Amino acid sequence: MSELASAKSARSAVELDGVDKRFGDVLALSGIELTLDDGEFVSLIGPSGCGKSTLLRVVADLEQPTAGTVQVGGKPARQARLDQDYGIAFQQSGLLEWRTVAENVELPLHVHGVGKAERRARAAELLELVGLADFAGSRPAQLSGGMQQRVAIARALAPQPKLLLMDEPFGALDEMTRERMQAELLRIARESGAAVLFVTHSIPEAVVLSDRVVVMTPRPGRITEVVDGRRPGRDAAELEPDDVEDVRETAAFFAAVTAVREALRKGHQ
Amino acid sequence: MVAPLALGLLVLVVWHLVVVAFAVPAFLLPTPLAIAQQFVAQFPVILSTAAVTGGNALVGLIAGFLIGLVLAVLAASSRLIAELTTPVVLAASAIPIVALAPVFTIMFGSTTEIARQLVVTVVVIVPVFVSAARGLRAVAPVHGDLMTSLAATPWQRARFVRLPGAVPYVMTGLRLAAPAAVIASVVAEYFGGLQNGLGSRITSAAANTAYARAWAFVVASIVLGLLFHLGGTLVERLVTRGRPA
Amino acid sequence: MGGRTRSVVTTASAFALLVLLWELVKLVVPDDGVVVGGVRILPRTDDASMPHVWTVIAKLGQPEVAGAADVRTVGAAVAQSALYTLGLALGGLVLGGVLGVVLALVMLRFRLAERAMLPYIVASQTVPLIAIAPLVAGWGGKIAIMGWAWQPWASVMVIASYLAFFPIAVGALRGLAGPNRASVELFTSLAAGWWTTLRRLRLPAAVPAIIPAVRLAAAAAVVGAIVAEISTGTRGGIGRLIIEYAQTATGDPSQLYAAILGAAVLGLVAAAFVSLLDRALWRYRGAVG
Repeated sequence: MSELASAKSARSAVELDGVDKRFGDVLALSGIELTLDDGEFVSLIGPSGCGKSTLLRVVADLEQPTAGTVQVGGKPARQARLDQDYGIAFQQSGLLEWRTVAENVELPLHVHGVGKAERRARAAELLELVGLADFAGSRPAQLSGGMQQRVAIARALAPQPKLLLMDEPFGALDEMTRERMQAELLRIARESGAAVLFVTHSIPEAVVLSDRVVVMTPRPGRITEVVDGRRPGRDAAELEPDDVEDVRETAAFFAAVTAVREALRKGHQ
Repeated sequence: MVAPLALGLLVLVVWHLVVVAFAVPAFLLPTPLAIAQQFVAQFPVILSTAAVTGGNALVGLIAGFLIGLVLAVLAASSRLIAELTTPVVLAASAIPIVALAPVFTIMFGSTTEIARQLVVTVVVIVPVFVSAARGLRAVAPVHGDLMTSLAATPWQRARFVRLPGAVPYVMTGLRLAAPAAVIASVVAEYFGGLQNGLGSRITSAAANTAYARAWAFVVASIVLGLLFHLGGTLVERLVTRGRPA
Repeated sequence: MGGRTRSVVTTASAFALLVLLWELVKLVVPDDGVVVGGVRILPRTDDASMPHVWTVIAKLGQPEVAGAADVRTVGAAVAQSALYTLGLALGGLVLGGVLGVVLALVMLRFRLAERAMLPYIVASQTVPLIAIAPLVAGWGGKIAIMGWAWQPWASVMVIASYLAFFPIAVGALRGLAGPNRASVELFTSLAAGWWTTLRRLRLPAAVPAIIPAVRLAAAAAVVGAIVAEISTGTRGGIGRLIIEYAQTATGDPSQLYAAILGAAVLGLVAAAFVSLLDRALWRYRGAVG
């Protein structure tokens, strides 16, 4: 049982209890216990095949667990999906090439019958938030990879979800763009107040973005350890730097990265 | 661009010289010049007959396109319908559909163009159905997941992802079908019926040993085919502009 | 039910449904069809225009010329003619196919040849090449090659091969030029010459691209052979048979329908040949990495 399950609010953003997921003979997830508080930023990290993407998909109700329960915002995952309580961003931006950038951001609202004027306004607001207001009328094909991912994030935020699910959204980007996008994401998450469950391969990325880093190991996929992240502003009492750039150069950051690395190595044995 | 033009010119010149030098009889091959002369001389007739052949091709193209599209949508929405239509379309792609021309002539009469238009329609249905069916099936996994995460109904999936996603495929089908429509239209004329199209002119000119004239009509039908091909390509480009290649 | 059984059942059902549809149209649509504005949009459905399916099938067993003895049955006539045409079509397919592959090899070897010729070859697939059939027909009986007089059936085979040639040339070039740089460079590093690379890498890798081209070419060769037979008046083929039966079709068109059925089966048999070829080359199917 995870030690951090202590400060559970009455309605956590995400709550996984004894979750197993089996694909045929393979046990992709085993005995997963995890809780996310409102506004918390949690990363899932581990080697290929450790089940982190599967875990995210289970929370999104894109897969159903073979055992255990999944609650999102106090509701079962399925209901949360039907009520559109979360937004999701995939590794490929998944933008619809025949729609303009603004129309892509509007998609969740369009699907749910929101009126045109309201959709337009919300999309404009979101594009402003991700810094792409000038590209509202462009087609996805005209945008760079990083920009497309920003549109995908804006789309995920369209229904004003309390939870953001992200599956290695920056995986296909180069290092510089990646770091810029991390700063952007932190700002967006703070401004929207959403909780974030973030899957990544990159240790520094996990540490710099998160309140907590959940380390997973494969065969079967399970959580081995949870390490404190270095999300800027998380420890207000310690006068932590508020700038992502500065965070990456603190001793505490390096210590956390080392801790995660150790945890991953341990899990490997 | 230069190489094909140069080759074409070379071929024309050599062709002309060979025919003249070896006194090749006209029934075998007239000179390009003779053909060009006939083309110019017969131009009004060429236009009127091309209009008929082209008109049949166009009617069949539009009808076949609409029917092929509807069939593909039906096949995409029901596994049973897909299983029933696929063998029929597969068979249709193998059999000589133009051989149905006499049958249609009997059924619909030999005094209108309906029989030929019907042949073209059936010929067009095949590539349009195949392309459209493929397009409706081709949903990227990430788009599928996206729609699931948005709790979309099957109709919403179709409306927001499958149908717009299928458009490039459908347009490719149209592009492939357009010249096929002309070919079918010309060939259907070889099976009798009204004698007012390009195909019939070719046969009658050949029968009257007016070979250069026959070749002129052949050239006209080639041009007609190219025009439809161009038209189909243009429509495809126009409809899919803004999308990545 | 198992996948195989299911597809056989659905295929059979599909064709059974077509037969049902035919009979339904006969039942529902008025004998004289439906004419709108001088144009018949629904066909005539009396027995003189649309025979019952069983009438056509029964016709196969009846003699070609009613009442005369010693005459083959319609079924035999159709089968023999279809076989004859199949021979010409397949002959044309092989001839056109070989020439097509040869041309593809030339275009592969000499980039200039490819640049000069490919646009014409691609364009030729969009134009009614078959339009020249009546003209090639005119060679019959008039020319001789080295003492061998030009037979009408030769025109048929030439036309069929002509139509088969172009799709195969395009498909073969695409397939032969297909192997990616890495594979080609591997062969170069093994000091393999152009011919060896051709035999061991390009040809096997080209199979997946050539088979669909052959399928297209086979269908084109069949249509070409049938149309050519009509243009040349070649006796013995199904094209000629269709025209003959069409002329005697007023009042009892079931013979004509039988002949057209034969032509359809002909097309299916040609397609089956290609599928057999595909099966035989199973080892080479699937993309080369």
